[in-house]
Parts: sequence; C-alpha cells; structure tokens
Amino acid sequence: MTTTLDALVRCIAVLLVFLVFPLVIGQTEHKVMAHMQGRLGPMYAGGFHGWAQLVADGVKFAQKEDVVPAGADRKIFQLAPAVALLPYLLALVAIPLGPGDLLGQSLDAGLFFVLAVMGVGVLGSLMAGWASANKFSLLGGIRTAAQLLAYELPMLLAAASVAMAAGTVSLTGILGAFHWWWVPWQIVGGFVFFVSGLAELQRPPFDMPVADSEIIFGAYTEYTGLRFALFLLSEYAGILVVSALTAVLFLGGWHGPMADSLGWLWMLLKTFALAFLVIWIRVTYPRLREDQLMRFAWTVLIPLSLAQLALTGIVKVVIS
Amino acid sequence: MNLAAAPLDSTHGFLSPSGAEIVFVLVGLGVLGAALLTVTTKQLVHAALWLVVALGGLAIEYLLLTAEFIAWVQVLIYVGAVVVLVLFGLMLTRAPIGASPDADSGNRWLALGVALAAAATLVTLVVDAFRCTWIDLGTVAGSTKANGVSLFRYWVLPFEALSVLLLAALVGAIILSRREKKEP
Repeated sequence: MTTTLDALVRCIAVLLVFLVFPLVIGQTEHKVMAHMQGRLGPMYAGGFHGWAQLVADGVKFAQKEDVVPAGADRKIFQLAPAVALLPYLLALVAIPLGPGDLLGQSLDAGLFFVLAVMGVGVLGSLMAGWASANKFSLLGGIRTAAQLLAYELPMLLAAASVAMAAGTVSLTGILGAFHWWWVPWQIVGGFVFFVSGLAELQRPPFDMPVADSEIIFGAYTEYTGLRFALFLLSEYAGILVVSALTAVLFLGGWHGPMADSLGWLWMLLKTFALAFLVIWIRVTYPRLREDQLMRFAWTVLIPLSLAQLALTGIVKVVIS
Repeated sequence: MNLAAAPLDSTHGFLSPSGAEIVFVLVGLGVLGAALLTVTTKQLVHAALWLVVALGGLAIEYLLLTAEFIAWVQVLIYVGAVVVLVLFGLMLTRAPIGASPDADSGNRWLALGVALAAAATLVTLVVDAFRCTWIDLGTVAGSTKANGVSLFRYWVLPFEALSVLLLAALVGAIILSRREKKEP
C-alpha cells in the first residue's frame, strides 16, 4: 500500500513539475527577451507584471478552432503533438532533483533512458511535417531530420564522456560520483552537450527547421489552437529537460553548500540559470544558415566531443 | 553466459503463467501485428511509423526480461536514429499522402516464403538451444554492469570484429559520397 501511495505521489509531483516549470520558463522568456530588447513585455494579464500572460494564451489557444487541412493525413496529423510532448514528461521521471531518492524513479540506465525518449520526441516534428501536406511543412520536417541526425552524435558522445568519468550510466550514480573538479575536466563536453541540446530543440540560433520568416514555422505551419499550443509547450518542456540534464551531468546537479537540506534548491538554480542562458542565446545570436549549421555539427562539435572523450579516458586511467 | 538459468521445475508451468509472462506474450502479439502492418500497408510513411511501434514493442520485451540497458539502446538507436533516417530518406525523395500503388512488389510471395523460412529457422534454433531453461527474473540479469562484463570479458572478439566492420562501412560511405574532382 505504501509503495503504491509512494509511486502515486511521485507521479503527481513529476506531473506538477511538467505542468508548471515549462510555463515559468515561457514567462521568463517573455520578460527576459522584452527587457533585453528594451521593451517591457506583457504587463496587464494577472496584474503584477503580466504574470498570467501564458495562462491567458492557453485559454486563447483552447478557444480557437482545431483545423485539419483537407489534404492532410488526419490521424498522424492529430497524433503528432502528443508524440512531441509526452517524451519530455517521461524524461522528467528519471532526472534527480536532490540527494537520496528525490526523483521520480531511479533507473539503472537513466542517462540512456532520457536520451532515448528525447530522440522519440523529435519524431513528433517529423510526423507533423509530413502529415500536413504542405511544402513548407515538409521542408521543415526534412531540416528537422537532418539536424537531428547531425547533432544526436555529439550529444551522445558528450554524455558518454560523463558516464565514463563516473563509471555508471545511472543519473543518481553519476551525481554520487561527482567531484567539483569534474566541472573544468568536462567543460568541453558540457559545451558540446548544451549546444547539441539547443539544436535538438530547434532553438535559435539552430532554428532553421522552424524559421518563421522563411518557411513559416516549418512543421507547425498548419497547426492551430490546442495542438499548436502543445508543440509550443513541448519546446519549453524540452528547454527544461535539456537544462536539467546539463546541470546533472556537467554542473553537479544538487551538489553545493548544505547539499543534504538544500540540494533541490541548487539543482533548481542551476537548471534555471541554464534556461536563462537558452533565452539569452536566442536574443543574442542570429539564425545559422543550413550549411553553416551542418558544418558546425560535423566539423566542430564532433571533433570536440571526441577530444573530450579521449581526455576523459586519459585522466580516468591516470587517476585510477 | 551469465544468464541465471535454472532447469525447469514444478513451479514453472505453461498452464500457470505469471503476470509478466502474460504481458510478454501480449506485447509480442502487438509487435507481430505492427510488423505485419509495416509490410502490408500501402502508405510508405505509415510503414515507417508502424516500424516505430514494432521496435518500441521489442524494447518493452527487453524491459520485461530485465534487460534495461538493451531496451533503452534499442529505442535510442532504432527509433531515434534508424527510423529518423528512413523518414528523412522518404521525405527527401517522395512521400505522397495516401496510397502508393507502385510500392507493391511482384516478389511478395517469394518474400513471404523467405520470411517464413527465416522465422522457422530462428524459432527452431532458439527453442532447441534453450529448451526448458528458465530465466530467473528475480535476479536482474540484464543490468548495464552485467552487460558490460559479459561483453568485454566473453564476447570481446565479436565486438571488435563488429567495430571493424562498421569502420569499413563508414570509410566506404565517405569514399562513395566524395565528389570527384572535375578535370579542367
């Protein structure tokens, strides 16, 4: 009975995090972008500095008509937003928030689990791009697939470097083995992982697949109402997962002063600092062209991650 | 092998299956159905998506056998990379919405025969090899550690041979895709 109750509480907690944190990141993006561009951003909804703007947006999306284009493949078109969103919910289950068992479910191969379900999430964009029966959407889908194929490899190699350093692929195990000097040791891998994560989420400057000024939001051109909102939500949930995962793998997750009682706070601070960085990069850098994007992955990130892997192996042999 | 296998005893009967075994069979039937749909559907992209279902179902089967690491690698490599590559190829060449009448091959009966023969061979082999041995699911036999130990202690030669094979394929792909220098 207690185990059932325990599992239920954990599921509800993960669901709450999944429902609340992406909205917080979205609202932060509104305000941070606005201030960086010398604007105020939303100010009216909810009263205090427009805190309820995203809730209002959600209500607006729910009221809109849900249109499926006549030429589209109905079932796949309607299924795609769920395929894009749900993997991030699953990924959150395995990410530790604090020391001990302050996480949804400790998995023996947690690192692989998170990366695997994130890979499934991208199928949603591909399905949307194909099923819309729209040339812009198809172009977006093709670009998504090409980008994913290019950036999945450096991401995995960078993650493998941390797994090598810790001697385990369990996320709790990696955090258990963490020492502060891992941060400088794995810094290159951290850079590669974070940048590949951005590319996998199709965030600027890697947003060629959804470039709104060229191919009209790519795979999401034909989506309206709630389904479009689900795609937007999956983007913010993706920022949360990538930031949290980078914090766990490369910044030591809950490690910090008084980690036993304040571990969760350190984890949240690191995650949101990285999420802020994601927004900052979006405001700062212009979009990479498709060929620049591919060249960056194959000629910069993959050699860097291989070098990191070699460095990790050498240090690991020397210190053991 | 480090499979915790025990000879069949009176506690394991075919007529009193445990919950995990029932789920295993049901998921297996689901995988079979998805695989059949993959090869029979008239729509190319639907075939690729049914393949996702079949491969994901296989990952669940691995999970039920406590091979967690293999399950996630299955999802990561097959669903996350191979199917994405297939979809990329389809979208890059042609992927019409609706049926593709020319997707049918005249070899379908021959293909069916080959598939049935291969399945019969494999089923016979596996059944004959394991007979009545029973995997004890209580002790986790497929953890990441157990996989690593058996891979790099007992199967290191096939592992290295496979990596050389992949390297050869990689080099071959680069050579094939390299553009020839045009003579002036």
